[in-house]
Amino acid sequence: MAAHTSQSVAKAAGDDVENDVAARGRSRRTDSDSGNRGGDRGGKGASGFRRAVGTHWYAWAMVAPVVLVLGVIIGWPLVRGVYLSLTDATERNVSRTIGVRHIEATYEFVGLDNYVSVLSDPVFLQRLVWTVVWTVACVSITFTLGLVLANMLNRDFRGRAAYRMALILPWAVPGFVSVFAWRFLFNRDNGILNKILDGGGIAAIPWLDDPTWAKFSVVAVNVWLGVPFMMVALLGGLQSIPGELYEAAEMDGASSWQRFRHITLPGLRSVSMTVILLSTIWTFNMFPVIFLLTRGGPGDSTEILVTQAFREAFIASPRDFAASATWGVLILLLLMIFALVYRRSLRKQGEVW
Amino acid sequence: MRRGIAATALVATLALAATACGGDDKDAAGGTKAGGELSGTVTWWDTANDAEKASFQKLAEAFTAKHPKVTVKYVNVPYGDAQNKVKNAFSSGSDAPDVIRADVGWVADFASLGYLDEVPADMAKKVDAEFLPQAAASGKFEGKTYAVPQVIDTLGLFYNKKMLADAGVQPPKTLEEVKTAAAAIKAKTGKAGLYLRGDDSYWFLPLIYGEGGDLVDAKNKTVTVDNEAGVKAFKTARDLVASGAAVTNATDGYANMQTAFKTGEAAMMINGPWAVADTYAGDQFKDKANLGVAAVPAGSAKAGAPQGGHDLAVYAGSKNTAAAHAFVEYMTSQEVQVQSAKELSLLPTRTAAYEQPDVKSSEMVQFFKPAVDKAVERAWIPENGSLFEPLKVEYTKAITGASSPEDAAKSAGVEFRKILKGWK
Repeated sequence: MAAHTSQSVAKAAGDDVENDVAARGRSRRTDSDSGNRGGDRGGKGASGFRRAVGTHWYAWAMVAPVVLVLGVIIGWPLVRGVYLSLTDATERNVSRTIGVRHIEATYEFVGLDNYVSVLSDPVFLQRLVWTVVWTVACVSITFTLGLVLANMLNRDFRGRAAYRMALILPWAVPGFVSVFAWRFLFNRDNGILNKILDGGGIAAIPWLDDPTWAKFSVVAVNVWLGVPFMMVALLGGLQSIPGELYEAAEMDGASSWQRFRHITLPGLRSVSMTVILLSTIWTFNMFPVIFLLTRGGPGDSTEILVTQAFREAFIASPRDFAASATWGVLILLLLMIFALVYRRSLRKQGEVW
Repeated sequence: MRRGIAATALVATLALAATACGGDDKDAAGGTKAGGELSGTVTWWDTANDAEKASFQKLAEAFTAKHPKVTVKYVNVPYGDAQNKVKNAFSSGSDAPDVIRADVGWVADFASLGYLDEVPADMAKKVDAEFLPQAAASGKFEGKTYAVPQVIDTLGLFYNKKMLADAGVQPPKTLEEVKTAAAAIKAKTGKAGLYLRGDDSYWFLPLIYGEGGDLVDAKNKTVTVDNEAGVKAFKTARDLVASGAAVTNATDGYANMQTAFKTGEAAMMINGPWAVADTYAGDQFKDKANLGVAAVPAGSAKAGAPQGGHDLAVYAGSKNTAAAHAFVEYMTSQEVQVQSAKELSLLPTRTAAYEQPDVKSSEMVQFFKPAVDKAVERAWIPENGSLFEPLKVEYTKAITGASSPEDAAKSAGVEFRKILKGWK
């Protein structure tokens, strides 16, 4: 029975997909039709384009500022970063203005040298492995917890609003404040966590002093910071699942696990796919948690790719801008590859995204 | 549009350059600085700690009494973030301070990047003649003077006299004695013997000097952190913690160290004169006489502590260099130094200041002066400050047992050679 329900859900979803594709196809056809018509009427292709611009000039005008701003604040730094990663720019040879004196840039183009040296350094692989472990651990735990909490909060019970508020709170507090608060809690000698453990007769745990515990601690804090977002997004997803489906399943005698497995999860799919992608990208680049909690330590055991890039640019002296840009470009490439693979796997599952 | 701005900026720059030159000439020729014609605002970024900052702010703002038209803007920048903040401000030029309090290890770095204004010739002569020579050396780069030493310091062994007496031990002179003393203290009081800071490699220096080693040999352009003495130093650090003689932390070490020592959780710590004012605020030291200071314990070769301290330097891009230099001269003057020695137990850098009664009567100054005279002078190279970061990583790993002393020394050497390109 349950199987039947799930099939019908899947079928319904499939229908939706088909409809969607069809609709898009139709609209695309309509566009090109009108383009052709315009072309026919004007007689030339170029005037078709001019006509399209003429008809939709306001759309272009609306979009232009956004394109411009994005180009300036994202495009230009990106291009510049890629360029810097191909040079030997450091603090000593970039152009700078010191009061009345202007010092010209003297760095040179060195091709792929920076990439060769970063990739041939064992440090890169170490950081990459831990970054992946950190991302997977954080995202999976955050998602699971968020899903459980969202399900719990999706029921009717007394004080629901209060619980929701309480669970959203970590998100409302600025990230660095939370991280500093946790840093106090984790302090081995004077932190509250160890004081509580001590009261229970348990030896102090070196939260941030032992590589393994430090890794555990950074993951815990990041999960704490990330759960509210997951919860809210999934709660939204849950509320968009029609109640009739559950009613029908219940009538058919489906157990609560079966309902969760065959209605909730498929119903949440598009939301969860999106939040997992977002959360992965954020966690991969989660600078503040690591930097403020452990500074990558003890030693360099919790250093992720982004904090390493920061280290190259801002801690070593002279600041090595080229090496930092190289790390940045590599991080971007990794995330782009991840997003492409992710998208492809979604496509295979029939998800249009 | 951009060209317009550039042109305006150019004109403004030329105008400023012209006035700046004029100002300099006047200073050099007439020495009219004391005449009170100085005006404008001098922004000072100070890195003093929480216990010291109120004193410094008061001293700094008193500059206005001498030069009524000059406003001093005091900004306290926490020491840990300061090097980065200063660099950001200096390289962008916007909101940059006129005067900074720079750790002695930063001066060569900032000067080599062109960020610092040379100290005026008359003042530079005074620095050579009237200041402790090892302090004066820290303000120089390639033979020119870029900074005036404000305070000088070194590390010493702070101990809780009562706790040591209760355990029936003398202040230890060597690390071996530290171990025996710590065992006695543990047995008698249940508290830790020594707190050894594990999250900052500056605290590693006494250990490596103690074995007769050093981080680098600047004369021969050689990295020495990974030689035999270096490995031994990493071993000593690990041994102190593993044997239970010392406790440590890999994060928030300074705060934890101060808390442990002030509350009597640890009987000894290695720290510098800057910590004295804060330590006196602790429960254990309500009676100031309970605080004792001795030379850092010796390793197998000798006892050695690094020479540290802070210099005052003027930003090369400052719009008000004349007033800024006058401010530096004032802040490093004898009266100000004597004042900070009296209030904060900080060590003056002027030779003559040590003859003043207020300085002579300060027990801490009396202890630290001979220690400073014997302190190991570091290599004043631009990379000086950047060596500490990779060293910190390895030191923390070694002291917490995350990597072996041999590996830690080796990796530190590898990282050092990446920074010091072309060194052996």
